[in-house]
Amino acid sequence: MYHLSVLLWLPAAFAVLGLLVPSRTTRWVAVVGALLTLALSVVLVLDFEATGPALQHVTDATWISALGVRYELALTGLNMWLALLATVGFAFSIVWAAMTPLGVDRRAKHVFFHLGIAQSAVLGALLAQDLILFVAFFDLMLIPFFFLTAQFGNGDRVPATIKMIVYTLVGSLLMLVAAIAVGVLATPPGAEVSYNIQEIAQRGVPEGSQGWLFACFAAAFLVKMPQFPIHGWLADGYKAMPLPVLAVFSGVLSKVAVYGFLQIAIPLLPQGTADLRWVVLIIAVVSILYASTVALTTFNARMVLAYSSVAQLGFITLGVMSLRPDGAAGALLQSVNHGVAVFGAFLAVAILGHRTGSEDLRDMGGAATKAPVFAVLFVVVTYAVLAMPGTANFVGEFLILRGTWEGSAPALAIVASIGVALAAVYALRLFIRSSHNRVGPVIQPREGARWELALLAVPVLLIIALAVHPQQTVEAADQAATRSVLSAAAAVSPDRARDILADDPSAQAAAEAAQSAAGGTGAAGGAGGAGAAGGADASGAAGAETAIDPATGQPVDQTAQTEGAGR
Amino acid sequence: MIALTAAAQAPDIDWAGLSSLLALFAGAVVVLLVGLLRSRFARETLVPVLSIVAFAVSIGLAIWQWDEEGSLMSGALALDPLAMIGVVGVGVAGIAAVLLSIGATAPREAAHGEYHAMMLIAAAGMAMFVGAQNLITTFLGLELLSIPLYILAATELHRRRSLESGMKYLIVGSVGSATLLYGFALIFGATGQLDYAGIAAAVGTEGLRDDPLMLAGVALVIVGLAFKASVAPFHQWTPDVYEGAPTPVTAFMATATKVAALIAFLRLFDVALVGTSGTWAPALAVLAAIAMIVGNVGALGQSSLKRLMAFSSVAQAGYMLVGVVVATQLGVQATVFYVLAYVVMTVAAFAVIEAAERETGHDGASSIAGLGRRRPLHAIALTLSMLGLAGVPATVGFIAKLRIVQSAADNGYTWLAIVLVVGSMISFVYYLRVVARVWGDDPETTTDVAATRGQTVAVEEPEAIPARAGDAASVPGLVPGGNDQPVVVADAPRLPITVLAVVSGAAIVVLGVIPGPLMNVVEDVARAVPGLF
Repeated sequence: MYHLSVLLWLPAAFAVLGLLVPSRTTRWVAVVGALLTLALSVVLVLDFEATGPALQHVTDATWISALGVRYELALTGLNMWLALLATVGFAFSIVWAAMTPLGVDRRAKHVFFHLGIAQSAVLGALLAQDLILFVAFFDLMLIPFFFLTAQFGNGDRVPATIKMIVYTLVGSLLMLVAAIAVGVLATPPGAEVSYNIQEIAQRGVPEGSQGWLFACFAAAFLVKMPQFPIHGWLADGYKAMPLPVLAVFSGVLSKVAVYGFLQIAIPLLPQGTADLRWVVLIIAVVSILYASTVALTTFNARMVLAYSSVAQLGFITLGVMSLRPDGAAGALLQSVNHGVAVFGAFLAVAILGHRTGSEDLRDMGGAATKAPVFAVLFVVVTYAVLAMPGTANFVGEFLILRGTWEGSAPALAIVASIGVALAAVYALRLFIRSSHNRVGPVIQPREGARWELALLAVPVLLIIALAVHPQQTVEAADQAATRSVLSAAAAVSPDRARDILADDPSAQAAAEAAQSAAGGTGAAGGAGGAGAAGGADASGAAGAETAIDPATGQPVDQTAQTEGAGR
Repeated sequence: MIALTAAAQAPDIDWAGLSSLLALFAGAVVVLLVGLLRSRFARETLVPVLSIVAFAVSIGLAIWQWDEEGSLMSGALALDPLAMIGVVGVGVAGIAAVLLSIGATAPREAAHGEYHAMMLIAAAGMAMFVGAQNLITTFLGLELLSIPLYILAATELHRRRSLESGMKYLIVGSVGSATLLYGFALIFGATGQLDYAGIAAAVGTEGLRDDPLMLAGVALVIVGLAFKASVAPFHQWTPDVYEGAPTPVTAFMATATKVAALIAFLRLFDVALVGTSGTWAPALAVLAAIAMIVGNVGALGQSSLKRLMAFSSVAQAGYMLVGVVVATQLGVQATVFYVLAYVVMTVAAFAVIEAAERETGHDGASSIAGLGRRRPLHAIALTLSMLGLAGVPATVGFIAKLRIVQSAADNGYTWLAIVLVVGSMISFVYYLRVVARVWGDDPETTTDVAATRGQTVAVEEPEAIPARAGDAASVPGLVPGGNDQPVVVADAPRLPITVLAVVSGAAIVVLGVIPGPLMNVVEDVARAVPGLF
C-alpha cells in the first residue's frame, strides 16, 4: 500500500529542503527530489490494478469539517497516466533548469522551490477526489509560475505574467463559485454538504442549474488550455516564460484542464454538458483552425509550438466532448502524447535558440548538417507533433476523430481533419526552417551539448515507447473514460448510452491499439470477452429506464456491474 | 412601591463578564500614568510593554468568559462568543499596532503615554461596540472608539498630511456618527424600544416591516455604519486617512475598526433588524457589490501602498458584508472568520509597509522594490499577505472566501458570490503587482537610501518636535510641502516589526492549511444569533 500523500507532498518537501541547503547544492536536491517522485509515480502506476476498483490507494481524511471539505486522494484510470506525465514533465524540467544558467543563478533556490510547489499542486489537482480540494490545487498551481515568470522571465515579464494569471483566474474563480454551488445544490435537505465527487454524482445536481455551472467549469478549463477566443494571455505568457518552465507549463498544466472536463464537468453535470457541448465543440474546432493558421505564419519558433498546442488541445477537447468512450480515451492518450512531444519540442527550440541567439525561424537553418544527432532527435519529436502514422499521436488523433464522427457530427470530424493536415505543414516548416537550408549568418555551427542531447533523448525514447505500446495507456483509461462520459451521453440521448454499453469500448480500443502495434493480444482478447459479456448484460438490463437516468448516476453503477460480471 | 424599589436597586453587575472591557480601561489609566515618568526607559519601553500586557490580559479574560452566556449591565452589553471573539480580534490588532509603534515617530511626538492610552481607550470602545445590544450602548461604544482614533490619526505632528487626515477623519466620522444616531432615533421612534431583542420583537409583533419610519431609520443606520466600515460609496475618506495617518495607527484603524464595525453590523442587522431583512438585505447586497467593485478598481491605480491597502480594505469590507446580507448562521460564521483572517493578513502587510517606510522614508511602490533581496523575511510576509488577501489557496484568505461564497450560495445569493469572485480577479492585478515588485525588481539604488538616511532626524526629546511642528501647523503656508520630509527615528529597534511580520505571515499559511481549529471556534458565534437558521 503506497500512500498517495507521499507522492503528493514529496516535491513540496524537497522544495523546502532546497531552501535549507547551501545555494550550490539546491539544484541537486531538486533533481533528486524530482527523480524520487518520478520513481514513486512509476511504482504507483505499475501497481495499479486495471481490473480493481475505480478508486485505488484511497486517502481520506477530514480537512475542514465545518465546510464538509475532505482531504481525499485516489488513483484512477483517469488520472494515473496524467500523474505520470506530470512527474515526468517536472523531472524533465527540473533537470533541464539545473543544467542551464537558471540552476546556478543567485536566486536558483527560488527556481526549484517554485517548481517543487508547482509539482505538488499539479499532482494534488490530479489526485484530488474532493471538489474543493481540486479547485484549491487547480488555483494554487498557477501561482508558482507567476513567481517563476516574474523573476526569471524575458522581456516585459511582469505585465505579461499578471495578464496570464488574471486571465486564467477568471475561469478558476468562477469555477470556485460553481464548485461550491454544485456541492450545495446537490445536497438533499437535511443532509450534510459533501464535495466528494462521486457522492455528488450520486446525489445529482438539479438539472435547471446545470447549464451555468457547466459554463463556469468550462470557462476555467478552456482558458487554461487555452482555446480560441480566450487565449489572449498565450502569446505574452509564452514569450515571457523561461523555456524549462514553459515546457512543463505547456506540457502538463493544460492537461489538468482536460482532466477537469473528464473528472468533474462531464460526470457531475451531464445535463449541462448535453446542453452546451456544441458551444464547446465549435470552440474546439475554431481553435484548431485558427491556431494551426497562426502556427503556419508566425516566425517565432516558440509561438509555433504555443499555437500548435492550442490546436492539439482543440483536438483533445473534441475527443472529450464527443461523449464517446473512444473519443475520451483518445483524448487522454493524446494528452500524454502531446505532453511528451512538447517537452522535446521546447528543448529543441532552446537548443536552436542557443545556436542562433534568437528564436526567429528566419535566422535559423542548417542544423541537419552541422548538428546531425540533434536533427535526428528533433525529427522524431517533429513526427510526434504532426501525428505521423506509427506514433501514438496518430492513434490518439484517430480515436478522437472517430469518436467525433460517431458522437458529434461527421462534418466536425471532417473540418477537424483539416487541422491534421495543417499540423503536418507547420511542424515540418519548423523542422525545415531550422534544420535544412543554409546555415544562418549568426549561427554557431556546432552540435548541441552532450547533456542537451541526452535530455532530448528522453522524450524521444518516450515517444517511441508510446508508439510501440499505446494500448497500455488506452486500456487503463478506457473504463474510466466510459464511466465519466456515460451519464452525459445518456443526457444527450438514451440510445447513445445504450450504444456505448452495447459495443464495449475496451474491445474497440484494444483493436485500434493492435492495429498500430503488435502485442498485448492476450489482454485485448480478455477485454473483448469482457465486452461481449458486458454487452449482453447491458442489453438484458436495457429495458430498465433507470439505467439511463442521468440524475441518479445509475449508468455508472451499471457499467461497473457489467464489467465486474464480464471478468 | 415594588416598582420603585426595583428601579432604585443598583443593577447587578457581573464583574467577571465585564472584566475584559475593564482590563482595557485600567490599562489605559496605568499607561497614561507611567507615561508621565521622566525616565526614558519608562516612556519608551515600559509603556508599550504595559499596553501589550493590557491587550493580552483582555484577550485572556475574553477567552476565560468564552462559555458564558447572557447579558451585562441590565442588558446593555451582551456576553456571548460573538462579543468575546470581537474582543480577541481587537486585542490582537491592538498588540500588532503597539508592536508597530515601537520606534515609530508618532508616539514620540504625541508622547508615549497618551498615544498608547488612546489606543487602549479606542480598543475599549470597540469592545463595547461589539458587545452592545442596546442602541445607546452601541452609540456610546462607537463614539468611544472613534474619538481616540481621530486624535491618533493626527499624532505625527510634524507632518501636515497626518494633521489633515485627522481632521478629515473627524469630520467624516462625525457625519457618520450623526447619521447613525439619527437612524437610531427613528428606529426608537418606530418601535419604542432601545433594546435589540425588544426591537426584534416589536418588528415581529407590530408589523413594522413596511413602516416608513422604521425603514428610514434602517437606511440611515446602514449609511452610518457603512461610513465606519468604509463600505463604498461611503468610503471616500478611507484612502486619504489611511495614507495620512501614521502607519501603526493606519494598521490599527484598518484591522481593529473593521472587526468592531463588522461585528456591530452582524449584531444590529442579524439580531435586532432581522425581521426587516426583506428590505435591507437587497440594499446591503448592492452596497456590498459596489464596495467590491469600487474598492478593487480604485486600488488598481494606486502607487502608495497605504492607499492601496485602503482601497483593498474597502473591497474586503464588501466581501465581509456578504455574510451579513445572507442572514444565516453560516453567514455570521463566515463573516467572523473572514474578519479574523483579514486582521492577520492586514497586520502582516502593514508591518512590512511600516518597516519599508522607515527605511526609505516613503510608502510608494518603490519602497518595497527588491525587498526580496534586502529583507527576505519581510518580503515573504508581504507576499503571503498579498496572496492571502487575493484569496490564493493554501492561505487563510482562500478558506475565508470559500466560507463566504458557500454561505452566499447556500442562501440564494449566488450572484453576489459571482460579483465577489469578479472583484477578486481584479484584485489579483494589484496584489500581484506588489508581489512582482518585491521579488522581481532591483532594490532602489543605494544612493537613494543613503539620501533618505541623511535626512534622518534623531527625535530624542519629545518636547523638541511639537514645538517645531506646532509652528508648521499654525502657519502652513510658510513651509509649502517642506514639512513632509521623512522624519525617522534613528535607533529604532527593528526586531518587533520583523517578529510581527513573521508571526502573522506564518499564521496566514498555517491557518490556510489547518483551518479546523479556528473554524471550530468561530462555529460558536452561532450561539449569539439564535434567531437565524
